[in-house]
Amino acid sequence: MNTSASRALIPLGIFLALAALLFYGLQLDPRKIPSPLVDKPAPDFRLESLKDPSRTMTKDVLLGQVSLVNVWASWCPSCRQEHGELMRIARRNKDIQFVGFNWKDSRPEALQMLKQFGDPYALSIYDPDNRSGIDWGVYGAPETFIVDAEGIIRHKHVGPIDAQVWEQEIRPIVEQYQAKKS
Amino acid sequence: MIPRSPKLLPAALALASALTIGTTQAYTLEEFTFEDPSQTANFRDLIGELRCLVCQNESLAGSQASVAQDLRNEVYRMMQEGKTRDEVVDFLVARYGDFVLYDPPIKPSTYILWFGPFLFLALGGFLLMRAIQRKKAEPEQDLSDAERARLQQLLADTAVTNKKD
Repeated sequence: MNTSASRALIPLGIFLALAALLFYGLQLDPRKIPSPLVDKPAPDFRLESLKDPSRTMTKDVLLGQVSLVNVWASWCPSCRQEHGELMRIARRNKDIQFVGFNWKDSRPEALQMLKQFGDPYALSIYDPDNRSGIDWGVYGAPETFIVDAEGIIRHKHVGPIDAQVWEQEIRPIVEQYQAKKS
Repeated sequence: MIPRSPKLLPAALALASALTIGTTQAYTLEEFTFEDPSQTANFRDLIGELRCLVCQNESLAGSQASVAQDLRNEVYRMMQEGKTRDEVVDFLVARYGDFVLYDPPIKPSTYILWFGPFLFLALGGFLLMRAIQRKKAEPEQDLSDAERARLQQLLADTAVTNKKD
């Protein structure tokens, strides 16, 4: 009697395990796709500076210090949402190079947004035709890459950065690679 | 979604087949032309088998997302340059990962995806076999002495009754 009672509980146990697994699956965001570029050298690029069309920027601008490469566009609402937080982070972390990767945007509108809400970026590169965006595996904005001093991508964050993402996800990795450099 | 009226069945089948064809030959807004018609067919096949990362249940062929348009142009450009199908697929996988493929490749991180169902099937089969064998092996419930005596009594009584008839 006792063994058959516990045997009858097996299906219930299996059900609960399956329910827990599927419930966990519901918490995952299918839009967050891991990038195959993490721990690989950042793709090379030749793009105009957003602010100065006569200036060409290449991957060399990323070498020598830890950079945050933030893919954004003026048409992207989540980019506006994270903009204030980026301003705060940039102000407090002068030792990180903030690179704006302006993506599939128009120069006047992008510049207008920086004028209106402030410019957190030390450098701004301009990729209106998704020429380098494809090489970087960009499929939406905002996306943020952490690139170490050797120009190797160490992390990719998909979606806006808020205080929690910064403190828990991005900052520890940035500090890890800054420590490694010195 | 089974049609209640049998008259609707042919219509439903026609709709189903139209929808199936629709997914494999999805239209695109841009016009892509190749000199060789077989290359056009290859191009259509390929973009139908690649997944759009923005709208994840759409193929590259079916999606009107701006990134999908960029990628269609890129695939077109590469095929115009004479790149093979594998080269195009490798190019996209290197940048966007296996997620661009509807058919994930067999490798350690996808073993559970590919072989999991067979594992569960084998496990289920094993448990079923064991349950059947256990049932067979179980001896018939033996009668107690008292029950045996009562059974003999009943059989004897029946025999007597039958004789009387």
